[in-house]
Amino acid sequence: MPRRRTRMSLVWVVPIVAAIVGVWVAVAKIMGEGPTITIVFDSAEGMEAGKTEIHYNGVTVGTLATLRIAKDHRKVVATARMQPETASFLVEDTHFWVVRPRISGATVSGLGTLISGAYVGMEIGKSTRSERSFVALASPPVVSQDVAGTFFVLRTSQLGSLDYGTPIYFRRLQVGEVASYELDADGRALTVRIFVQAPYDGYVTTATRFWQASGIDVSLTAAGLTVQTQSLLSILVGGIAFEAPPGAAAGAAAPAETTFTLYDDRTQAFQPPRGVSQTYELVFRQSVRGLAVGAPVEFWGIPIGEVVDVRPEVDTTKMALTVHVTVEVHPELLHVTAPSQATPGGVEEHRVRVDGLVAHGMRAQLQTGNLLTGALFVALDFFPDAPQASIDWSLTPPRIPTTAGEIAALEAKITRLVTKLEALPIDAIGKDVTEVLRTLDATLAEARRTLAAADKALADAGTLVAPDSALRVELSGMLQEMSRAMRSLRVLTDYLERHPESLLRGKSGEAK
Amino acid sequence: MAAGLQRCEGCGLVSRPPAHAPEPRCPRCDTALEFRKPDSLQRTVAYLVAAAICYVPANLLPVLTTRTAAGESSDTILEGVVLLWSPTGWPLSLIVLFASIMIPSAKIVALGYLVLSVRRGWAQSPAQRTRLYRMVGFIGRWSMVDVFVDTFTAALVQLQPLMSVEPAVGLVFFAAVVVLTMLAVESFDPRLIWDAAGANEVRHA
Repeated sequence: MPRRRTRMSLVWVVPIVAAIVGVWVAVAKIMGEGPTITIVFDSAEGMEAGKTEIHYNGVTVGTLATLRIAKDHRKVVATARMQPETASFLVEDTHFWVVRPRISGATVSGLGTLISGAYVGMEIGKSTRSERSFVALASPPVVSQDVAGTFFVLRTSQLGSLDYGTPIYFRRLQVGEVASYELDADGRALTVRIFVQAPYDGYVTTATRFWQASGIDVSLTAAGLTVQTQSLLSILVGGIAFEAPPGAAAGAAAPAETTFTLYDDRTQAFQPPRGVSQTYELVFRQSVRGLAVGAPVEFWGIPIGEVVDVRPEVDTTKMALTVHVTVEVHPELLHVTAPSQATPGGVEEHRVRVDGLVAHGMRAQLQTGNLLTGALFVALDFFPDAPQASIDWSLTPPRIPTTAGEIAALEAKITRLVTKLEALPIDAIGKDVTEVLRTLDATLAEARRTLAAADKALADAGTLVAPDSALRVELSGMLQEMSRAMRSLRVLTDYLERHPESLLRGKSGEAK
Repeated sequence: MAAGLQRCEGCGLVSRPPAHAPEPRCPRCDTALEFRKPDSLQRTVAYLVAAAICYVPANLLPVLTTRTAAGESSDTILEGVVLLWSPTGWPLSLIVLFASIMIPSAKIVALGYLVLSVRRGWAQSPAQRTRLYRMVGFIGRWSMVDVFVDTFTAALVQLQPLMSVEPAVGLVFFAAVVVLTMLAVESFDPRLIWDAAGANEVRHA
């Protein structure tokens, strides 16, 4: 029974290979294990431990390993296992946020999450300090940190259709988007932060105006029907456009975070700057029927303000009814060519100017803007004949003196006329007139006789100067004689001029 | 052995090889004749060690990568068992648990026990151990079911953009465990079980 003694068989290669492969795989797996980080979320809605991934630029860079409620019972703390190559991305200002399907503004983002559930977005920070625990952002940052551009601030009274990601247009080219918005603490206005990409941010100058480009702006003007829109998209989702008003000085490029006013539409945006508004009160003693809040205040036909309040007041002691109309005027809409001596641009200067205008007869008057509707507006006009008045600046708001409106003035005139007419003694006048007419009759008969006499005298005169009358013939003969005498007199004087010596010597030259 | 008879592995012919022949061969089919599989124990042990090594990553690494629109998920065998465990799906879960985890480990343990018993020259209950060996040999190939299922799934579920299933590295290790245990079973010579019990068994018979 020949039995081969045990020697190392070649078969041991198999477990060695298995061991090597196993160790290699294990090492690869351990090496492949990236850093573990914690992210604090507001809510874990749509997230699942072991499933929810962390994406950076569409690449999965990690997975949420565990989800648990934070100690304060409000937040959710997630532990995420990151890919090893992300170690250098995890710095202080790296941001994480949850991506859920979001349809807002122009951006339909995270649509994939409709099917896949939420995932965690990531943006790599610029800091160099490594960090392993993060707090997730409440909303995805619209603007990635590595896109060059500039942030600007817009102030608006209402948000309209704006939202995160609402596009910003410059000459209908999308150049940026709304990054964030927040309501002021007092709730009166909104601050919208926008991001304009480079190089378009260079077109935002100090003269630039921003306006809401959402919707269609149809205006019927003398030039015809004008329809202004931005892109079709902006009709649907809104947008902000900016441009410098035509003809305006280009202005310097606006620095980052410059605050601009967001106008409601292009027309409004390109109106001259309204500047600070001044509130005045106008007191009328007449019907203001047709005067609505928002009615324009015009200065020679140019709107410079609007009516903000109309309220009647009854003075019970005098039983007088007055209507107090509060108006807001934008004095900067009036170009001032000669600045006054007072502090330029100051309140004092403004008062001096308005005082001057009032002294020259500027009064507020209600005028009919639309004959069909009877809509009234407040006109500031000059009435040099108006009684002296001035503004009492101690009142708040100060009162601009008023003058009765056209209609009211006309009414007053007619009333005066009618009163005078009524006072006239028509009957007595009639009697007198009859008397006068009778006298006139006699006078006329007299006159007729006088005229006949005059007629006769004229006829006589006619016969005197008739062409064949003796007087004419004689006159003509006499005139001929006279002209002959004149001629010979001229000959004599001529001769004397040439031969003055003949006065002494006689007519001798002729004999020579 | 005692009788000097050798059974040909190829054709089953029982012959008596000439004594002291350097390489006895089957007179009918010319297959090299051996009383026992050469290096049987060593090879079995080698395969078993390899299988045991592979068993670790086979269970720790994911066997399937499922890519759906919802993202990617890789599941290890145990995770699959947990995933399948539900009020209605528990039998399936148990099948996977048995076929993929219990049986390979049981095979390794059983073969290890057999090798040890032969090595130590245990004489007790050789019949039972032979039965154990047959069972291991029979059951072993069914472990491959898991690999088949997974590879079939991977081949069939390829709805590219929506869903795809791909075998992961764990499956390779799992297949290696199955193949290596089968090789180990194959290289084990059950006759060795009886060698120790040889004398009394023959006497018994």
